Amino acid sequence: MTSTTVKKAATRPPLEIRHAKPKRSGVLLTGLAWFISVMFVLPVVWMVLTSLHTEQDAAANPPKLGAPISLDGYRSFFDSGPWPPIANSLTASIVSTFLVLVLALPAAYALSIKPVKKWSDVMFFFLSTKFLPVVAGLLPVYLFAQKVNLLDNIWLLIILYTSMNLPIAVWMLRSFLSEVPVEMLEAAQVDGAGLVRTLKEIVAPVVMPGIASAALICFIFSWNELLFARVLTGTRAETAPVFLTGFVTSQGLFLAKVCAASLVVSLPVLAAGFAAQDKLVQGLSMGAVK
Amino acid sequence: MNKAGAWARRAPLLPALIFMIIVTQLPFLVTLVVSFMNWNAYYPDDRGFAGVDNFVSVLTDVNARKAIFVTVLLTVGVVLISLIVGLCIALLLDRKFRGRGVARTLMITPFLVVPVAAALMWKHALFNPEYGLLNGMLKMVFGDNAPQRDWITDNPLISIVVALVWQWTPFMMLILLAGLQSRPMDVVEAARIDGASPWQIFRSMTLPHLRPYIELSGLLGAIYVVQNFDAVFTITSGGLGTANLPYFIYQTFYTAHDYGRASAAGVVVVIGTIIIATFALRTAFSLFQEDSR
Repeated sequence: MTSTTVKKAATRPPLEIRHAKPKRSGVLLTGLAWFISVMFVLPVVWMVLTSLHTEQDAAANPPKLGAPISLDGYRSFFDSGPWPPIANSLTASIVSTFLVLVLALPAAYALSIKPVKKWSDVMFFFLSTKFLPVVAGLLPVYLFAQKVNLLDNIWLLIILYTSMNLPIAVWMLRSFLSEVPVEMLEAAQVDGAGLVRTLKEIVAPVVMPGIASAALICFIFSWNELLFARVLTGTRAETAPVFLTGFVTSQGLFLAKVCAASLVVSLPVLAAGFAAQDKLVQGLSMGAVK
Repeated sequence: MNKAGAWARRAPLLPALIFMIIVTQLPFLVTLVVSFMNWNAYYPDDRGFAGVDNFVSVLTDVNARKAIFVTVLLTVGVVLISLIVGLCIALLLDRKFRGRGVARTLMITPFLVVPVAAALMWKHALFNPEYGLLNGMLKMVFGDNAPQRDWITDNPLISIVVALVWQWTPFMMLILLAGLQSRPMDVVEAARIDGASPWQIFRSMTLPHLRPYIELSGLLGAIYVVQNFDAVFTITSGGLGTANLPYFIYQTFYTAHDYGRASAAGVVVVIGTIIIATFALRTAFSLFQEDSR
């Protein structure tokens, strides 16, 4: 278990006392929790199993659970040239996440610590850009890219993903920065600490987890994006999700290959998400509403 | 405050603000202009001012109206169901029990599968009538004469809702669980000692505390589900009456090359979402009522 939950649990002694003697209903609820969790992960487990069977076994009905393990699905996936799209996805996600942080941090600072006038209007503007369905801007972006020769260019996606995630990042980082106690900032000022030192010694420790969770969420959303990538890229800048959609052919069954491909493409997000579950929780609740 | 000071405060905000205006507002202005034009890439000579023709055709076209209806249904259905299921699971996982961390890890997995991959998985590995797991399990349980259904063809919209609820429930659950764990337990304990029933505690203490978390997860979920393209595109390709507005616009623009009509549909979506969102944020939601410094 993760450190935060342990700490949280430790500050709640009454509950622990209550659960010290296991009751029938308690056992039942625990069983239910386990059952539902397993049900939710079952499709993914099935996908893993299927990806590890030969195409014939994968397509058997009723399913052959004990069929011999085969790496054919993975082999034929890696033979189909997935590396350029994966590299494109990595580039687009990492670079756009970096750009988001560079733009969002100063903005969040201006919106929380000594906020500008009408800060809530600015926040509303940022959020309202998320209401603007991306499809509504698709055509102009396409026409513009066509004109300046940016179609099938990974930089176009990087810019769009930055704009897609920037509002969320500003929101998250603002709520984390609001956690910095004003008194500490004032005390630092009285002590004559400069801006850089104040940022480094007082602001950074409070905000670092927020930055990590914002980055994680931006990375996930960029990695997952399909619509823009599909319309605006071709062969050179194709991303992993687009590559996946081109994967299902009408000729014959490639179920094991499709499952293997889906798993490999999901792997970076799965790994990052599992490793940083608490960051994910903090980020999604936007460090918020505390 | 003097002028220089005010600008010094604003300066860090400007790069982000200017970037957002250029990348999101300018294209939308162009969309707005194009929505009043006759512009089909197949008929380049016919380009010109069209007045409100595109809007009339979007609002009277059976397919477009169906797409609006599907979008509303899909969004409301998916968000509501995943909120309720997510809340129940969050309550279950908030209890202390052996292996809670593992259970939570299992629970969040659906959210971490790339949406296209998840949609492919539902379509081919689970719903497929010949070799999908659902029919496979029916055969495993009932033998060779088990009923075999064509899940997607029989219930296209429900199939998409199921896949999306599976993916979004963990998202709701995570936010609500964070909310539950920030609950001040001493007050709850005091209420319990005073003889409040679990239901009373839930109604009058837990739910009010969770309210901003419920609003936040509902809002974020709605923003993303309204725009869903991946599931509709992958599972049904918009067929069988499942085309939502994003898919309808994609098709009008990308396949039919009717730029004017696609833009008008885009403007309709934006107006719709902004009306609903402003209403939700300004009246019902408490998120905007936190005090400023």
